[in-house]
Amino acid sequence: MNIYTLQSALELGIIYSLLALGSFISYRTLNFPDLTVEGSYTLGAAVSVMVTLAGYPYLSLLAAFVAGAVAGSITALLSTRLKIQPLLAGILLMLGLYSINLKVMGNRANVNLINHRNIYSIFEGTIVEGFQTLITASLVLAVVLIILYFFLKTRLGFVLRATGDNHVMVRALGTNTDFTILLGLSLSNGLVALCGAMIAHEQLFADIGMGIGMVVIGLASVIIGEVLFGTNTLLRRMIAVILGAIVYRLIITIVLEFGMPATDLKLISAIIVAVALSMPVIKEKMELAGRKKANLRGGRSNAGN
Amino acid sequence: MLEIRSIKKVFEAGSINEKIAINNLSLTLEEGEFVTIIGDNGAGKSTLLNCIAGEYIVDEGRILLDGIDITYMPEYKSSQYIGRVFQDPLKGTAYDMTIAENLAIAYAKDKPKNLQPGIRKSDIKMFREKLSLIQLGLEDRLNQKVSLISGGQSLAMTLLMDTIVKPKLLLLDEHIAALDPKIAKKVLQLTGEIVEKEKITTMMITHNMKVALEYGSRTIMMHEGQIILDIKGEEREEMTVESLINLFGKKAKHDLENDRILLSR
Repeated sequence: MNIYTLQSALELGIIYSLLALGSFISYRTLNFPDLTVEGSYTLGAAVSVMVTLAGYPYLSLLAAFVAGAVAGSITALLSTRLKIQPLLAGILLMLGLYSINLKVMGNRANVNLINHRNIYSIFEGTIVEGFQTLITASLVLAVVLIILYFFLKTRLGFVLRATGDNHVMVRALGTNTDFTILLGLSLSNGLVALCGAMIAHEQLFADIGMGIGMVVIGLASVIIGEVLFGTNTLLRRMIAVILGAIVYRLIITIVLEFGMPATDLKLISAIIVAVALSMPVIKEKMELAGRKKANLRGGRSNAGN
Repeated sequence: MLEIRSIKKVFEAGSINEKIAINNLSLTLEEGEFVTIIGDNGAGKSTLLNCIAGEYIVDEGRILLDGIDITYMPEYKSSQYIGRVFQDPLKGTAYDMTIAENLAIAYAKDKPKNLQPGIRKSDIKMFREKLSLIQLGLEDRLNQKVSLISGGQSLAMTLLMDTIVKPKLLLLDEHIAALDPKIAKKVLQLTGEIVEKEKITTMMITHNMKVALEYGSRTIMMHEGQIILDIKGEEREEMTVESLINLFGKKAKHDLENDRILLSR
């Protein structure tokens, strides 16, 4: 692995940490397994590419965020108002967004940004040109992290976080949980769409299939981050999630360096998440087996005496 | 203060499992009254509280709280006036947030949920004072997650959270039933102290007849969705657990005889 692949992994990791923060909001703070992500990620990329082609690269990020937020709010309404199960609501959005994404891209399966100014070209011709993606992505991430952190520390942020923990309590304390779920899913999918947009700018195209597997990547980042870097405080947890996204990207890079064909990536991602999710159970089983063994051995020696 | 006008609640109406949980029940509570509710399993005690809180919507009748019609008010709205403590300590707190954050959510109950900071410095001082009243040492653990404290502690905290903004009505649904006896006694004492000090109109369900007579100013007994006994004042003071049990046997049997008459027709 050379320094360039490492830098590229870091850049992608930083951009994907926006997706991870989005997953963190839906999956952890709302306890809502949200599959909308697969569609809103592509939606963000599609909207952003089209707005950029129209000549507004920076505005395109905002447009992507808003589009993602709208998608998230529809999932929330399906789930809270019409009582459709969260997973199914997400699947419906994912399916519907496929057609919408094609429409956004003018009925094309992919649209490229080659020879257009994108968000990373701001540093073109300056001394840091080689690091333009890294710097731009880090700046966006820093802004998102700061705003999100302080938001989650407001009164509104508190009830949002409590919703996933205990929605009974939130209602018993006078807040409509339908509203907090709506807010949370909008925010979450807005961030996911922003991530999709920034990836599109990085790879210089948007593709109709680019969202496949994003739910799993988001979850993997959250879980890896929490396991490796801890969940003590809110800030620590959020930073852990970001680092989780970067670690995940490094793992993928290393796997590819070992000669794994890129087409196997989705399988690897699925396996990583399956292993990470089953960690607590495996740990418990192993401890139990250890105790059982020690106990039986002790019992036998006692009997011998 | 609280006016319940002939409410009725039927579960699974029209099916073979039809159950009339509340049957034409009326009840009026004065301001500051502390009512203890007793009754056998399935008497409709919890259903009554759930109807008042807005978790269930009654089929017939009206419920007024301080002149406000809360019959069809969604739970999250009526809960601005009503405090509830559940039997399950996990139901009253957000376990993955800190003690201070939990109290802050409760303290913001009647305030707009906007972008103001969730906790201010001045709040911390107040939280610490309030927590020191319940004498569980929680005042020094403000920044710890609720998942780290015991069930009894978190229940005491829930009680505090539900009264930190004085509710018009406090509903306690066997809130000490899941605790070990020592902690249960403490939480019960604490309940009495808070309710008395703040003069909160309170309804408390209990299975313990002694507790029912010892605490509060009025006791009602429920059976098959109706109030079959309602005592207060002198009559209540003279009541012993034994005479209460006798009375219950008599009243419940009376109903049984009514049933028999109905069936024999």
